[in-house]
Order: sequence, then C-alpha cells, then structure tokens
Amino acid sequence: MAVAAEAVVEAQIVEHRRGFARRWYRTPSFVAGASILGLIVLAALAAPLITNHGPTSQDLLNTLQGPSSKHWLGTDDLGRDVWSRLVYGARTDLKVAFLAVLFPFSIGTVIGLLSGYYGGWVDTITNWLVNIVVAFPFYVLIIALVFALGPGTSSIYIAITIVGWVSYARIIRGEVLIAKRRDYVLAAKSGGLSDARILFRHLLPNVVTQAIVFACSDIVLDILAIITLGYLGLGVQPPTPDWGRMIADGQTFLTTHWELSTIPGIAVVITALGLSLLADGLADLLRPE
Amino acid sequence: MSEPLLRVRDLRVEFALARGTLTAVDGASFDVHRGEALGVVGESGSGKTIALRSIVGLLPRGAKITGGTVEVDGVDVTAAGEDRRRELRGTTVSMIFQEPMTALNPVMRVGDQIAEEPLVRLGQSRRAAKADALELMRLVGIPDPVRRAEHYPHELSGGMRQRVMIAIALSGSPKLILCDEPTTALDVTIQDQILKLLQRLQRELDVALVFVSHDLAVIAQTCRRLAVMYAGQVVETGEVETVFREPRHPYTLGLLRSVPDFDVVRERLASIPGAPPDLASPPQGCRFHPRCAFVQDDCLASAIPLLEVGPGRAARCLHHDQAAADARREPVVAGA
Amino acid sequence: MPEALLELDGLHVHYAVRGNLGRRLRGQEAEILRAVDGVDLTIAKGETLGLVGESGCGKSTLGRAIVGLCNPTAGAVRYGGEELRAKRARSRRRRIQMVFQDPYSSLNPRMTVKQTLSELLRAHRMVPKAGVDARCRELLDLVGLGPRALDAHPRQFSGGQRQRVAIARALALEPELLIADEPVSALDVSVQATVLNLLEELRGKLGLTMLLIAHNMAVVRHVADRVAVMYLGRIVEEAPTDELFTNARHPYTQGLLRAVPRLVPGRVSEAEGVVGDPPSPIHLPTGCRFHPRCPIAQEPVCSTNDPSLAAGSAADHVAACHFAWTERPPTHVPEVIEEAT
Repeated sequence: MAVAAEAVVEAQIVEHRRGFARRWYRTPSFVAGASILGLIVLAALAAPLITNHGPTSQDLLNTLQGPSSKHWLGTDDLGRDVWSRLVYGARTDLKVAFLAVLFPFSIGTVIGLLSGYYGGWVDTITNWLVNIVVAFPFYVLIIALVFALGPGTSSIYIAITIVGWVSYARIIRGEVLIAKRRDYVLAAKSGGLSDARILFRHLLPNVVTQAIVFACSDIVLDILAIITLGYLGLGVQPPTPDWGRMIADGQTFLTTHWELSTIPGIAVVITALGLSLLADGLADLLRPE
Repeated sequence: MSEPLLRVRDLRVEFALARGTLTAVDGASFDVHRGEALGVVGESGSGKTIALRSIVGLLPRGAKITGGTVEVDGVDVTAAGEDRRRELRGTTVSMIFQEPMTALNPVMRVGDQIAEEPLVRLGQSRRAAKADALELMRLVGIPDPVRRAEHYPHELSGGMRQRVMIAIALSGSPKLILCDEPTTALDVTIQDQILKLLQRLQRELDVALVFVSHDLAVIAQTCRRLAVMYAGQVVETGEVETVFREPRHPYTLGLLRSVPDFDVVRERLASIPGAPPDLASPPQGCRFHPRCAFVQDDCLASAIPLLEVGPGRAARCLHHDQAAADARREPVVAGA
Repeated sequence: MPEALLELDGLHVHYAVRGNLGRRLRGQEAEILRAVDGVDLTIAKGETLGLVGESGCGKSTLGRAIVGLCNPTAGAVRYGGEELRAKRARSRRRRIQMVFQDPYSSLNPRMTVKQTLSELLRAHRMVPKAGVDARCRELLDLVGLGPRALDAHPRQFSGGQRQRVAIARALALEPELLIADEPVSALDVSVQATVLNLLEELRGKLGLTMLLIAHNMAVVRHVADRVAVMYLGRIVEEAPTDELFTNARHPYTQGLLRAVPRLVPGRVSEAEGVVGDPPSPIHLPTGCRFHPRCPIAQEPVCSTNDPSLAAGSAADHVAACHFAWTERPPTHVPEVIEEAT
C-alpha cells in the first residue's frame, strides 16, 4: 500500500553535483589555459586573414629587416615575413602535435583496456613491451627513431606513437584494474552482456578521463619534441614553417637580430603554458566524483 | 542538579560552498552529565557527526561554528582559542572513530601510540608511560598486551584495532569520550564485544559518553538518554526508555516504526515517505512537515523551537501529543 | 514438497593466496583462501532463503558463484537440474539475477537509467525494439519510480532510489531467482524499510524465489522463510526462520543471536555473545572450525572431528555440532588462541 502511494509521489530528483558544463567557468586554470590556447588556435586558423605575406615567399632585397608597417615583426635572412612564419608555424606545429598525441592515445587506450580487463598473457606481453620502451629516455628514443626513419612529418608520427602509447596503456590499465571490480561491471557481466560491450560501453567511458587529462600534458611534451626535432633539422622539413626550424635558423644571428630566434621561442613557451593550464583545469574538472 | 559536563546550546555550523552556504547543524542543544551516556541518533544528513566534531573543534575544511555555544567542563570552547581547545583534546575530551584503520598511525607500533599521550602531553617518563599503556591494553581486553604492544595496526583484527583506539582515548584520563559511530563498520559479534566494553568502562571509570549512531538498537543498549537529530536540528531529547515508549516527535515515531525489530516481527515495516530536505534550502517552518502524517497549518508558519514537554524531555513539535498518542495506540517497542 | 529450483552440491570456491611459488620453493604448503568450503544448499521455488554470517564467512562469494561471476573450484551449482558454470549461455543468465550492496557503485555513473535498462532489454531481446521505452517505464513503475527517472543519471538519486533502480535492472531480464546481496546495509534506516517492503511486494507479485544475503539478523527475520548460517565457508545451521530464532542449536548461531542489540532499552544483556575474533579463511582451525571460540567445546572430539550438518527430530532443522541434539556440555570461557597474522 505504502509503496503504491510512493509510486504516486514522484521521485525527488535531487541535484547533487553540478556537471562539467556548469563548472568550467569557475575553474581559473581551465579558463586561462583555454583562453591562451584559444587565441593561438584562432590565430593559426585565421592565418591567411591576418598575414600580408606568405610564409615562404622570399624577398632577397629586404632581408633581416626590423619591424615595420609592411612586416610587423621584420624579415628573416631570406626576406621571409617573420610574423607570417610565426602564425603558419603555429598551424603546422599544433596540427602535428595534436595528431601525434591522438595515435598513442588511441592505441595505448585500447591496449590498456585489453590488458587490464583480461590479464593473463595479454597483460604479461603488454607489461614486457612497456618495460622495454620505458627503459629508454624519451628524447633519445624519439630522435633515434626519426633519424632512422628519415626526417619528416610521418616519421614524427611513427616515432611518437611507438614511444608514446606506453603511458596511456599504463594509465588505462591501472584504472581498468580498479573499475572492473565495480559492481556495475559485475552487474553487466551477470546480465550477460558481451565483453566488447562491457569494455567499450561500461569501462572505457569511466576510465578514459585520466587518459584525456594526461593527453593534455602529453601534448606539451610532444610540441617540445617536435620543436626540438625541427631545431635539429630532423622534424618538419623546409619550406614548411616550423618554430623549431625558425629557432635554429635564427641562431646564427643571435648577436645581431636576436628576435629571429627569441620570438618563436616565446611562442613555444606561451603555447606550452596554455596547454599546461588547460591540463590542470581539465584535471580538476574531470576528477571523478 | 549538578552542572552538566557538556552543554551544547543552539549550535549552528555552516559550510561555505561554491553555490552558497549550507547549514549542516542549525539548532542543536543537549546536555551530558558526569558519567552519563548520551546517544545522538540520526540518519545521513542529520548533522550528528558535524555536531559531535564541533565539540572538540575537529571540523572539516570550510566548516565553521556560526552560532550557539559549547561548554566543556565549564569552558566555553566556541569562544576560546585553538590553543585552549587543543589543551582539552586528549585530556578532558577524547574521541573514537568509526574506521580504526584510518584513525591509527599505520607506521607506529600500537603500544607507542597508546603511550603517546602520557609521554608527550602529561610528561611521564618513558617507563611509566609504557606501563600505563600495558595497563590500558589490559583494561580494554587485549590479550597478551606485552606482545601486542609491538604490533602495527595492520597486524591486528578490526575488533583489536577498535580496542586500541579506545585505549588511546582513555590514555589521557578523559572525563568525556565522543564516539563517532565506533561500531558501524564492525561485525555483529565484535560490535557486541566493543559495546559491552564501553559500558563496563563507563561504569568503572565514571566517564561520560556521547555516542553518535544511526542504529537505534545500539543506542538503546548503550545509552540512558538520547537526542534525535533531523535535518541539522535536535528534534527530541529524553531518556531512551521514555522516548521509545512515547516518542514526542513524528520523526522519532517514524524511525522507530521503520526499524526491523528483532523481537517484534511486524507484518509490514512502516517507512517514512519522502526524503530528507536539502540543507541549503530547508522547508519553511518545521523541517519535517513535508513528510509528517500529523501536519497542520501552524507547522508551516514559522521555525519551531525546541519545546520542553516534561522533566528532561524536549521535542521540536507543536503537536507532540499526536506522536505520543499514536505510539500508545500501537506500541513501537516490545515490552514497552 | 516444493520443487528445488537451485541446488548447491558440495560447492567449493578457493583462491590461491599470492606468493605461493615462493612458499613451494621453500618447502612450505601453498596457502589457499577457502572462501566457500563445502556447501550443500537447496532453495525451493518461491521461497526466500536468508543467508547470514559475518565478514569472511563466504556468503558473498557464494552469491557470486550462483550468479556466475566466479567459478566453483569443486562441486556444482545446479539450476533446475542443469549445472551452471561461470561461463553460461545468455538464456541461462537471465534466470538468476543479483542486486548488489553498494548503491553508489552498482550503477554506471555515465549512463542514464533508461540506457542501463534498455541495454539489457535489447541484448536479450526481451521486447521488440518499439516496446523498449514502454517496458522501461513499466519496470520503473514496478519499483515505485516515476518516468522522470528515465533520463536521470545515478548521481541525481539518493541511495534508496538508486537501490530501486538496481532492483529494476535486476528484474529487467525477468529472472526466476533473485539474489539480494546485502541490499539494504548501505542505506539509511528509514529507507531500508522502503526497499525491504518493495522486495516483499515484488516477491509476491512476480512469484520470485529469493536468496537474501545479510548480516542484519532482524532484517532476515522479517523477510526470510528459512535461514542458513554460514561460518568460515560452511553452513553451520539451517532451519525455518522462527525455529532458528527461537531454538538455535549451534553455539555460533546462539552467540550471534545473543550479540544482536535489541530495541528494548535498558536490557543490558550480560551474556557474552561470541568471544575472540573470527579466524582467517586461510588458516582454518583443525576439527570443528568454531571450536576455538566455542563455549561448549570438548576435547578431544571438537578439535579433531569436523562435524557435518545433522538433523534433530525435525528433518528441516540441521546443525553442524557434535552436541546440537544431545545433552549440552557445561559452558566455559574459551581460551582465546593467538591468531597468526
């Protein structure tokens, strides 16, 4: 009787916690990071609109000019507009960094899911591979791989993927080991749902947030790696603009035109800062309840 | 009537949240006399744990006492500084917690933990403190204390850890022990052992207890008087026997009827419809009125004060005779 | 004689404790955690069996073996005569469903109620695609929740409401046997009543057979037709509810009943419940498992001879004690043996 009466009384839906959507603007690190990054991404996307010259068009009669109304940040040793190279460089570097994170993220997540859920020999092999990769210092491995594969963007992707999947696999595996014991997973199992369904519908959404947070700080590392490779001449190949390359090219003129190296350097710092803040903010927001 | 050892009057504790203030405790008043055991009963969200912790100032971050007074052994702890409160902690007032594994230091031997208070706070010599610790371990029923004192908390069972915690609480010879659901996480047989231990200690050492629990039966067995809390307020106080026989607040009545009693097998358990209110915006007037079977118009009018309904009895209800009449009609408790 | 729906036949569930390789190399015995160590149990169609015991007795493991979340190390789980292992056909899984203890982890936080329910309905093709929505509403109505709950996430519900959703989920596959593993222990007292009443009502309405696993004796007394008491992986006593509560024959059951706090104030029971701590399921005592804590244990029989379940005059009341049905030996205070940790 009482239960029927309660059925009539509608369930009180109590608003417990604000979702992500309502909290993001209250998290200063997220807002700061998103703003900085937003500006840079916006500039990169609007590159053709905010530059007067192409990034690769040379003007050998006007090399090493200081800032002027025609060239806002001056020109480099080949007469190329520095501002334009900076903006297009952002395009290149951000795109490469983003894709370079995506591949290890995806592969590492899947491997982590499988090894955490099934254990056994899948897990053993994964751990073995992880230990091998982790034994090498990050930069050494990347540089060696790119060198071996030949410089260029595709080598960057391959190298970073080979080295980078490891962190994601470890994070996801750790989370899965805990999550697979949760009652809702047991309920799904006893409800006869397939392993695939459990892995991708029940486990993945609940473990992926840690990987996403890591990806944000990982992208900083990757951008720096790409810049470094560019500086060493192993990364993005000319004439495609790239901050690393710009820094390397400007090195010769450090005493006379220091801005040629410094400006892209500052750009790297600001981008990395923006990404770090974003990662911090996301970590706060995506923290499990 | 001697002065109460603990006097809580109109206690109010607020949390500063992102979305506004949450008043976790809004009007808690009760007394505890020397050597007496008072039970504080309530469900989750009732404010009972916060109220208990305010007594020694162990509030979580963001919480503040914003009203009322707490007097311990004559000292107004709400007005006193942190130093004064620290003086009282461990000596006059001590506390035992629900989860011994988190309340004990995992990297310190239990014997040392029990001896810590006498050694550090009371300035005893190492040998005297150690002897005290062994004596306390014997008192709380830990077999083979000499050997056990060398163990670390993780080497002991749940019941043993709880006994160690009680020994630590006793090490400063307190007059009052605050118990925050100390048996909730224990098995029934171990709970029984611990409750009997607390009763024995209370008698032998004449120490007062404030026992917070959600389990009415545990309170019935351990305490002589009780205070019932709902939505941050004390809604009823009195002697356990009298309150059980004749509850004067509809919530108390509902609670008693919803507990599956060991001895009285009822056809159907009565439940209280609805849910506890959101403390950030409690209902107008009486906080229980949306769920009350006896609600009338004046219940919504204004905040209900804690009314004295008999000697040592109080209830926060304008129509407290209704609940009492209902209980007389259909007794709640066997042998009542 | 009501037909047996579920039969547990000499069920054992053992786990290897870590570090066994090292132990074997040192010539020591491998350590095994005997969670369930020889259980014979029958549940008749339509009845509610209460399974009680304290932590470490193996009752939860037993429930999981029945529902197919872990494999028996020995013995069998038989349902309707057919043996069921952990890996079972989907159609077999439907028959036995479970309600879990913790309402805060038994629902996927990232799925709405509707998604949780419809996922099961679709996987088992319980209703045609067009009827999924209606069936979800029916299930929620069955547990006393309105249709507004469909699009809500678990975090928006209270503990009691979540448990109702969990019950609705368990019922989505229309099981015959429902295992409730401590369904109300994590809930507030007044809410427990609601959920218990609901389970009672559903039992009648849907003709469910139920296994209620609980540590709260009062709850069990209220809900169960028969009660089985577990201790260290074995059933030590089994009887119809009233018989068990008024005429318990095993010393552990007796101690357990003495230890339950009563709602009657002032009744300070001086009688000791059970002394000592429960031993670990890894290092089992010799002979009768309860003898180190038993107030009537007699040398040498109790420390050498492991008693099996035996009936007294009534066939439906069994107890595993040498002195269950004979003259009771004098009581003594058991010497609490030091447990190797």
